[in-house]
Amino acid sequence: MALAKITSLTGRAVYVPGNDIDTDRIIPARFMKCVTFDGLGEFVFFDVRHDPQGNKIEHPIDKPAHKGATILLSGANFGCGSSREHAPQAISKAGFKAIIAENFAEIFFGNSTTLGMPCVTAAREDIAKIAAAVEADPQTEITIDLVKLEARFAGQTVKIAQRESARDALVNGRWDAIGELIDGKADVLKTAATLPYLAA
Amino acid sequence: MPKSLFQKVWDAHTVRTLANGQTQLLIGTHLIHEVTSPQAFGMLRDLGLKVAYPHRTFATVDHIIPTNELVEPYADSLAQAMMDEIRKNCAEFGITFFDRASGKQGVVHIVGPEQGLTQPGTTIACGDSHTSTHGAFGAIAFGIGTSQVRDVLATQTMALGVLKVRRIEVNGKLRPGVYAKDVILHIIRLTGVNGGTGFAYEYAGSTFDAFTMEERMTVCNMSIEGGARVGYVNPDETTFAYLKGRPYSPKGAEWDAAVTRWKSYASDPGATYADVMKIDAADIAPSVTWGINPGQGISITENVPSPENATSADEKAGIIEALEYMKLPAGKPIKGTKINVAFLGSCTNGRLSDFREVAKYVKGRKVAAGVKAIAVPGSQIVALQCEKEGIDKVLSEAGFEWRAAGCSMCLAMNPDKLIGDQLCASSSNRNFKGRQGSITGRTILMSPVMVAAAAVTGAIADAREVFSVN
Ligand code: SF4
Repeated sequence: MALAKITSLTGRAVYVPGNDIDTDRIIPARFMKCVTFDGLGEFVFFDVRHDPQGNKIEHPIDKPAHKGATILLSGANFGCGSSREHAPQAISKAGFKAIIAENFAEIFFGNSTTLGMPCVTAAREDIAKIAAAVEADPQTEITIDLVKLEARFAGQTVKIAQRESARDALVNGRWDAIGELIDGKADVLKTAATLPYLAA
Repeated sequence: MPKSLFQKVWDAHTVRTLANGQTQLLIGTHLIHEVTSPQAFGMLRDLGLKVAYPHRTFATVDHIIPTNELVEPYADSLAQAMMDEIRKNCAEFGITFFDRASGKQGVVHIVGPEQGLTQPGTTIACGDSHTSTHGAFGAIAFGIGTSQVRDVLATQTMALGVLKVRRIEVNGKLRPGVYAKDVILHIIRLTGVNGGTGFAYEYAGSTFDAFTMEERMTVCNMSIEGGARVGYVNPDETTFAYLKGRPYSPKGAEWDAAVTRWKSYASDPGATYADVMKIDAADIAPSVTWGINPGQGISITENVPSPENATSADEKAGIIEALEYMKLPAGKPIKGTKINVAFLGSCTNGRLSDFREVAKYVKGRKVAAGVKAIAVPGSQIVALQCEKEGIDKVLSEAGFEWRAAGCSMCLAMNPDKLIGDQLCASSSNRNFKGRQGSITGRTILMSPVMVAAAAVTGAIADAREVFSVN
């Protein structure tokens, strides 16, 4: 299966501040009653974009100036909580192609990588710089460069980081492991044969 | 070289190293439920793939299933559609499905151990973050996303980076009125919600040695709430005694061979760990959360924190946000906070021993006026046993609604939900904003006996005082 090599991507950003933004916040459980991921995009961050009566309230991602943004900026421990792939799927289906945060929860990070949606980390002050540039001019284009591990925007450059296995998978077009896993079949059979509970 | 259980199981299940350096890991047992699997089956169909080891995947329904409605079609047509979908997928791909009619349905993390599917030295995966529960048996159990559910269905393997191992030793005897739930709330409070990122936890020490399997499961269950993907306890006689005679446990001569093999997986003396944390059991008190993540906890005798006492700007912002949402006054005792709902259940505390313990204390008492109390067994088997022992009667007479098995109000994907800003004393595992089905609903996590104390007094209470435990 040929996958795109994701070496860099450029787009406008929207800043959703906060730490420990959990998967229930990203996609409330009631929207998980679905048998496909299609259509999840409109429900991303639903409960912070709406009041309890369901009326729209102000939220960065709904600001007209941020329409079409493809990079999500946030704080520490982004995506903590459940393993629901509905969370990265909702973000992706809402049009985002990458996330920059201080750090990510483990399962969320892996789920996002498998979708080809890079999660990169940056220092808090650097995220603040990007956020300030976006605030000053929402049209600011940010380039996430996974080869040089830097983000460039408005004439500035900041360092970003990413776990090497994920970076490697993205830049080499093997972020979805399924093809490689299938290719390992002969080895799978060998390993399974050594484990009595599987050989049975 | 002495090795930890994690290393041994990891090595035994390693198929090969992938190009990006991750490991292709063989998954022995795959558990699925209705919420995170349908999309994976859809992906399989799109790719024209089959299920590689259908006899190693087991399914049940838990998240969406109504607990007060037994007859299909369910009132919620979306829930019915998900029910139909998992039935169809299991039939099409030849997967064993513990449906309601089987009498074995329940929360996936309760069903696996009950059926004897959860065995030492195995790898387990499930599209659910609380899969770490199964580590109680000395299995390495991963919560995975839907694309990985697809990977496991298609190949019985998945791509993973190795984890570091942290040994968490708890030694000594827990004080009266202190439970396994308090142990894990205490640990998460110490590590914070992301202190475990990148780690597998090995729980050990005399406290764990003395624990029953159900207590071990309660602790392993919430490993993820501290950021750890995996949590496990080394297998011992308690583990083997639990497994003996279960439907999927090895039988006859195979049993003895299995026990020998299982023992060989236990961590070697002298195994090295990335770090070691030591806790004195006597330092653990009945605990409650006051905030909006499971790390925001205190003992029942403490006051809710004040933003002024925060040690960092982040902590301060976190306290302010949490107290505003929880509508709790800063610096005041949490004891005495009025509750609206009491929830007993979930994969953390919806097992037989949880209901037995509660029944012991609420017998002859009444749920306080104005409190809605529900008791939801974690599985049909738990329900049946409780009914045999009359626990359902004791709870009903006290004013609890006795329900059918499911996740219920743990995440409220079914009709059991908080309304408005109701405050719930809950034996579940997450107190995130909106977790229990109302976007302003409030959750305070605690042990089942503490939930019972809150239910009968109508307020957050110290169960030791309410039930004269000492
Ligand atoms: S009981 Fe709660 S935590 Fe456990 S599987 Fe169900 S929803 Fe998840």
